[in-house]
Order: sequence, then C-alpha cells, then structure tokens
Amino acid sequence: MELILETLGLTETAALLSLSPPGWGANLLRGLANSLQIALGAFGMGLVIGLFGAYGKLYGGPILRDLLAIYTTVIRAVPELVLILILYYVGTDLINKLAQFMGYGRVEISGVVAGIWVLGIVQGAYATEILRGAIQAVPPGQIEAARAYGMPALLTLRRVTVPALMAFATPGLANLWLIATKDTALLAVVGFNELTLETKQAASSTRSYFTFFLAAGGLYLMVTLCSGVVFARIEKWARRGQPSLRQGGL
Amino acid sequence: MTGLKSLMQPHRLVLMALFGAFVLWCALSMRWDWLPKYAPLALQGLWTTLWILVVTTVLGFLLAVPLGLAQAIGPWYLSAPARIFCTVIRGTPLLLQIWLLYYGLGSLFPQFPWIRSSELWPYLRQAWPYAVLALTLSYAGYEGEVMRGAFSGVAKGQLESARSFGMPRFTMFRRIWLPQAIRNVLPTLGGETILQLKATPLVATITVVEIYAVSSRVRADTFIVYEPLLLLALVYMVIAALIGLAFKRFENMGPTTRR
Repeated sequence: MELILETLGLTETAALLSLSPPGWGANLLRGLANSLQIALGAFGMGLVIGLFGAYGKLYGGPILRDLLAIYTTVIRAVPELVLILILYYVGTDLINKLAQFMGYGRVEISGVVAGIWVLGIVQGAYATEILRGAIQAVPPGQIEAARAYGMPALLTLRRVTVPALMAFATPGLANLWLIATKDTALLAVVGFNELTLETKQAASSTRSYFTFFLAAGGLYLMVTLCSGVVFARIEKWARRGQPSLRQGGL
Repeated sequence: MTGLKSLMQPHRLVLMALFGAFVLWCALSMRWDWLPKYAPLALQGLWTTLWILVVTTVLGFLLAVPLGLAQAIGPWYLSAPARIFCTVIRGTPLLLQIWLLYYGLGSLFPQFPWIRSSELWPYLRQAWPYAVLALTLSYAGYEGEVMRGAFSGVAKGQLESARSFGMPRFTMFRRIWLPQAIRNVLPTLGGETILQLKATPLVATITVVEIYAVSSRVRADTFIVYEPLLLLALVYMVIAALIGLAFKRFENMGPTTRR
C-alpha cells in the first residue's frame, strides 16, 4: 500500500487526508455526515410540505390555491442563497420572540435544525410541483373506485394514491434529493460546518487547495452516484406491475 | 382579456389588497434611508450580475452543443469524456467548483514565473475570470445533458431528407438539426437559465461584487437585515420574470406545434 502511494507520489496527499489528527480526513467525514443529516431532514420536510401542498393545490379552495401558487413561484424564482439568509433570520427572530413571550431568554438554534428548516421550505416548493404532477398522472378511476367503496380519505391516500403516484414521482424526487445534497453546500456561506466549509477550512490551513477540494468533490460524487443506484431501485420497485415500453408490448 | 377577468375574482382582490398593504407597510415603517447612499453601488452590482449571467449562459451553451453532440452520436472516445464531464459537474455542488477554481488555480498560478510575467496576469489576479469560468462550465455541464436529449430527439426523417437532397453535413447540422433540437428544448433552456441566474450570487463568495454582495455589504455596514434582502429577492424575481418572458417570445418565434 505504502509502496503504491510512494510510486504515485501521493504520500503527502494520503497524510493530509488520513483520519488521525494530523490528517484532515475525519473533519471531512464529519462534514459529510452533517451534510447528509441536513439533506435527509430537509428532503423529508420537503416531502411532507409537498404532499400537503399538492393536495391543497389540487383540492383546496381558491384562496389556498392562490397562496400555494405564490409560495411555489416565489421560492422557485429567488436564489436559494438569498432564501437561506431570509428564512434563517426570520426563523431565529420568530423563535426568539416566542421564547421571550413565554418567558425564556435568547435561544441558540443549532446549525442542523436551522439548515433543515431553511432547506426544507425550499424543497417543499419543488416537491409540491412534482407531487402535484404525479397525483394528476394517477388514473382518476383508481381514486374514484376507492371513494366509491367508501374508503376514508387518509386510507385512500395511503393505500391508493401514494403507491400509484410513486412511479411518476420517483424521477423528480430523485432529482430533488440530489439538489438537496448539493444545496447543503450553500449553508457554508452562513457558517454551518458541513462538508464544503470543513473542506475550505482544511484547505486554507494546509494551503493544499486542490487535494481537499478534489477529495470533497469525490465524496459528493460518491453520494450522487450511490443515490442514483438507490433511486433506480426504488423506481423499479414502484413500477412493478406496470408494462414495460421497452419490450415492444404495444 | 381572460387574464384581467381572472384577476377580478373577489378573493384575488382581497389578496392583492393585502399584498398592497404589505408593500405600503414595508415602504413606510421599514428603514430605507440607506438606499440613496448605496444606489450607485447597487446599480453597478446589478450590471455585474447581468453581464455574468449573459456571458456565462452564451459561452456555456456554445460549449454544451459539442458536449451534447458528442454524447448523442460521438464515438466512444468523445462520448465517454463528455459523459464524465457532465456527471462530475452535475454531481458536485457549484460552490465547491467555484472555490476549487478560485482558491486552487489562484494558488497554483503564482508559482509559475512565466504566468506572472504574461499579459494575462493582471486579469488572473482578479476574481471574475474564475467566476465566469466556473459558471460557464457548470451551465455547459447541465446543458450538455439537455442537448444530448435534444439532438437525439430530432426526427430521423428530417435528417434523412436533408441528406437525400445532398446537403453537406455541416449545412445539415446548421439548418436542420440544431434549430429543431433547440426549439424542442427551449422551455427547458428557459428554466435552466433561471437556475443559472439563481447560481450567480455564489460568486459573491469569491469577492466578485454583484448585487448579492452589495446587499451583504449593506447588511454588514448598517446592521439592517430584512430590507436589503427583501429588495434583493424582488430584484431576482423581476429578472427571473424577464427571462421567462424572453423565452416565451423565443418559443413563439418558431412555428408552433399543434398537439
């Protein structure tokens, strides 16, 4: 192993990236864990907002529909970086006002929670559109059949609509998940210790920028490629029972 | 005028009144006294944002055409690198790419005396060439993927009939293949251009002074938090709307497809 590193001239790189303290590998991995945690939380929150938003857009009253249209349009037209700042300040202000009202002092908000809140609201806007399209793609007869049997709304959602929309929503949601993982990098600008900021700190204290940025790029790429495999599996599972167009079944 | 009629529904009138009240409240009770002092800087920042957006989308698109073509019909030694390029660009955050180019190349270049003595050095010491390079490559990466689909989506009969008329290959590409490919993906390109607009504030992190950087400076100088950010969001929304309108124009310029 060491011989290979030496012949490739990578001994220094390996030392910089090693997991034990003189190397910065552990920092990078901690940053990656933070990034993934925020991305997962934000994606989950986005899904919940998106499901409610899609239902509101499809079945809600005119006012709710207009409000949701404003929400999705504004969020998708303003840069994430600006939204992150606005939502971050609004969120901390609101929580502090609430804490003061209830008689507590100033509250410090953890970076992970703030990141999930901010990115979750951004993701919710995109998820709303994706899920709305997917619900509309479900053949209406299936939902009507469930209703005709007297199925309660929640049971219909759980047993009929969601399983049927999975096939249509998975490609869009896969894209959204990749956006979530990449958007966590923006939180570096607000000072959260996720992968990109950890990388920058490591790079600027050792002055070997290429090593660390390329290593972080590799980590992000690994996450992307692995997610691609996982989502391909999910899509295949969601499409089970649907006739494939490939085999010329038409 | 269905547009006007749909606006005149009662609940929309109430919403608009509420929105007007909100705008009025913003104008009256928030602090805008910093605006005259920073207006020239803000205009300069806006100009920087716009030219970076236009230059990077145009350059990026020019780069995306060969990338898409290579992936659609190229031999493996062209299509494989193009596919790897697109995957890498799309798989890593733009912020990381910008920082890699700026800090990485920026720390590498001064080590070579011949670069320092070249005529390009005054430019290479500034931040904007790295910003333009990073944003161009990013746009090219995303668009290369879009153009791959666009090129393979053009009906085969079109190309065959062009060939049967004896059209040279380059003319065929210029007059038949490229225009149809672009027309098919115009809506996507519009969306991607808005995404590119939303990516421009990232270059503020490498000291390019565009509109986002100006608003950060106002915040840092005066400790006013919300007003500059709200105005900034409004500016981006207006630019995004203009891009949307422009692309709608482009779409209407071509023959409309009946479906």
